Amino acid sequence: MAEKKQIIPEKHPMPAQDPVERAHNFNEVALGYDEETAVAEAQRCLQCKKEPCRQGCPVEVLIPQFIKLVAERDFAGAIRKIKEKNALPAVCGRVCPQENQCEKYCTMGKKYQPVAIGRLERFCADWELARGVEAPAVAPPTGFKVAIVGSGPSGLTCAADLAKKGHDVTIFEALHVAGGVLMYGIPEFRLPKKVVQAEVENLKKLGVHIETNAVVGKFATVDELMEEEGFDAVYIGTGAGLPHFMGIPGENSCGVYSANEFLTRTNLMKAYCFPECDTPIKVGKKVAVLGGGNVAMDGARTALRLGAEESWIVYRRSEKELPARHEEVEHAIEEGVKFALLTSPTEIIADENGWVKAMRCIKYELGEPDASGRCRPVPIEGSEFTMEVDTVVVAIGQGPNPLVPRTTKGLELGKKGNIVANLETGATSKPGVYAGGDVVTGAATVILAMGAGRVAANSIHDYLMNKNK
Amino acid sequence: MFKILEKRVFSPIIKEMVIEAPRVAKKCQPGQFVILRIDDAGERIPLTIADFDREKGTITIVYQEVGKTTKQLGAMEAGDYLKDFVGPLGTPSHIENFGTVICVGGGVGVAPVFPIARALKEAGNHVIGIMGSRTKELMFWEDKMREACTELFVTTDDGSYVRKGFVTDVLKEIIEERGKENIAMVLAIGPQPMMRACCNVTKEYGVKTIVSLNALMVDGTGMCGCCRVTVGGKTRFVCVDGPEFDGHEVDFAELARRGATFRAEEQRAMEHHTCQCGCGGGK
Ligand SMILES: Cc1cc2nc3c(=O)[nH]c(=O)nc-3n(C[C@H](O)[C@H](O)[C@H](O)COP(=O)(O)OP(=O)(O)OC[C@H]3O[C@@H](n4cnc5c(N)ncnc54)[C@H](O)[C@@H]3O)c2cc1C
Ligand SMILES: Cc1cc2nc3c(=O)[nH]c(=O)nc-3n(C[C@H](O)[C@H](O)[C@H](O)COP(=O)(O)OP(=O)(O)OC[C@H]3O[C@@H](n4cnc5c(N)ncnc54)[C@H](O)[C@@H]3O)c2cc1C
Ligand code: SF4
Ligand code: SF4
Ligand code: FES
Repeated sequence: MAEKKQIIPEKHPMPAQDPVERAHNFNEVALGYDEETAVAEAQRCLQCKKEPCRQGCPVEVLIPQFIKLVAERDFAGAIRKIKEKNALPAVCGRVCPQENQCEKYCTMGKKYQPVAIGRLERFCADWELARGVEAPAVAPPTGFKVAIVGSGPSGLTCAADLAKKGHDVTIFEALHVAGGVLMYGIPEFRLPKKVVQAEVENLKKLGVHIETNAVVGKFATVDELMEEEGFDAVYIGTGAGLPHFMGIPGENSCGVYSANEFLTRTNLMKAYCFPECDTPIKVGKKVAVLGGGNVAMDGARTALRLGAEESWIVYRRSEKELPARHEEVEHAIEEGVKFALLTSPTEIIADENGWVKAMRCIKYELGEPDASGRCRPVPIEGSEFTMEVDTVVVAIGQGPNPLVPRTTKGLELGKKGNIVANLETGATSKPGVYAGGDVVTGAATVILAMGAGRVAANSIHDYLMNKNK
Repeated sequence: MFKILEKRVFSPIIKEMVIEAPRVAKKCQPGQFVILRIDDAGERIPLTIADFDREKGTITIVYQEVGKTTKQLGAMEAGDYLKDFVGPLGTPSHIENFGTVICVGGGVGVAPVFPIARALKEAGNHVIGIMGSRTKELMFWEDKMREACTELFVTTDDGSYVRKGFVTDVLKEIIEERGKENIAMVLAIGPQPMMRACCNVTKEYGVKTIVSLNALMVDGTGMCGCCRVTVGGKTRFVCVDGPEFDGHEVDFAELARRGATFRAEEQRAMEHHTCQCGCGGGK
């Protein structure tokens, strides 16, 4: 254990924009530590020999080591240390569910508050971004070509690792910008798009080619990339972009959006600056967002920023089961998002022009825990009621987009249309084809998608180097 | 960036452009579409692939100026560049030798019908083309259609060219004349009311009818669900499950309602775009 030192029981608070003000703008909510606060927070770390925090991090960031460097004010050293394990620290520091990962296992957290690992990680990454990122060393060219399908965190990580190993890497992205959910899903106020684009620029410095407007399965299949365009291996990181709907009557009424549409119009297409930007969005006075995850919180907070008077989260279980990051729920509450818990809609009612005017809902109570360990919600008979709303955002989950899975010959698929891949290697049933991230696991987290990209990059490298022999 | 190689003006509101897009041209099939974006502030709009040249690596689009983006596009010239151009999107038309098929193109819908008619003819079908527009001025590609079809009928709503009447009038006549059992299929593409009217005609005779739906879209890859429409009681995504569907199963009323979702905003975008007050296009 560390030398005797004064214990500071609580995390240094994160400076944030005032809730009343920020509920109406798209600027980042959490402002980030300054140097003094970062150093002081780093000094809270006990430098535990067993490194429990690291075990909670899916990519095993060298947490005590980088924090020590922060405490010593060697910020350049700290970011280098982080990047040994994590290719996108500016992103992870902001969006990782730290309370379930690294910080959950922090020794300080047993008695006091854990060390603010995520905030420190973000601090280091921002420190570096502000000064210009040093390009990492790239191995001499191997002569192998690798195609990466999808430019979400998983594809970006896999591309970076393979490029560093000297392979010629091309990313194919269906949309007009790279970044995946980081660009089209997670809102500007939580993850500024310039942070994501800075990471994409770093990739280009490594020599990675990025082809946007390239829908694999349409302009070419995975097989064609390998047979006609000479790619020696392919990594599929196409995410879970297919929106699920409730399947209740009235869901195709005007004013009902999938969270993907609602967030894509706002983030990717910048509908919040309409008509300076051409893509419109329409938000009524009272918005209901169905679901309780990060996506739902993002939808509800976005609705307020777009001018809704009331924004409601409608969720089947209770507050305790909300799957969203803790900080997002807190921020949502501070901003004035309201919660209709233990409630689920059974029908969406439209007016004579086909616009949403209300939702029929039913109340739930919590029953026995189900397979996931969460209590199963049970509808309460006779508890139906009508909730007047004029916009509904459906945020109950996403599945894998079938475009690539369906057009790739010999790819084993799971029941939900996901690609089956070995989690330890990323290998699929098809030789030379690897997959990872949400398209394999179903909608998960940024850091898990990145971890899968890294694992696959190592396997692809081994595969290619053995092919050489 | 995607270069505009050629531009032809058919009428003040209907224009054709040839775009350099080798990746799209290499793989596209009749019935598919592209999504383009003019610049960084631009909206993504879907347009059908009206023709293509695999060797030259080009795609031809024909569009009608109806709002901000299509007007802005109409003001561009050969030599200019589009920021984004993605495709081929959507499921290709089902092409085989059905026998005799009728291909109906209404207004700017003639453009998407053309490559499908040509492919159907090449597959051995007897292709009866019907093309119609409001008035002579809006008529284009009669020559191309004549080549793509075995027979071609032309009509204008106001009678300013060839004959007076709607495409549905001609459609009805042909089915009556040739006998419904001799028509394997009808393909109808054009404005929604025209497609709906064609379906009403063919439903009476029980002739299978394919339509190409122009739902609102954002990504065009099945990611957002904006383009959803009810077909045969089920929700389908036009961009990936379509754009072609069995017209007798489409809920046209819902399609029209959803298509009007952003009417007020589209109006605002137009006013903003055409603002001449000297504010420089500000608020
Ligand atoms: C609104 C929202 C909020 C979230 N908040 C958090 C959070 O706070 N913390 C957290 O850890 N996780 C969060 N997540 C989850 C996280 O973003 C995802 O788990 C992660 O992005 C998955 O990464 P990925 O690389 O597998 O796929 P994605 O990020 O989905 O990227 C896939 C990319 O592939 C492209 N693509 C798809 N098909 C094709 C094709 N055929 N050809 C070419 N390209 C294709 C897509 O356009 C996309 O760009 C959130 C998700 C959403 C939607
Ligand atoms: C698969 C597909 C293929 C298409 N092919 C062609 C084509 O080959 N040529 C062509 O001229 N048009 C085509 N369209 C329609 C074209 O996309 C729209 O006209 C265009 O998006 C309008 O953009 P805007 O900004 O100019 O007008 P907006 O200001 O967006 O809209 C003006 C008017 O057009 C209507 N509109 C908007 N978007 C669409 C849409 N997606 N479909 C139909 N009407 C719309 C609006 O309801 C409104 O009445 C196609 C649409 C789809 C979905
Ligand atoms: S990557 Fe995420 S889990 Fe790992 S240390 Fe950073 S914030 Fe924690
Ligand atoms: S567990 Fe917490 S206190 Fe211990 S080394 Fe990790 S961050 Fe520091
Ligand atoms: S346009 Fe987004 S799913 Fe069809």
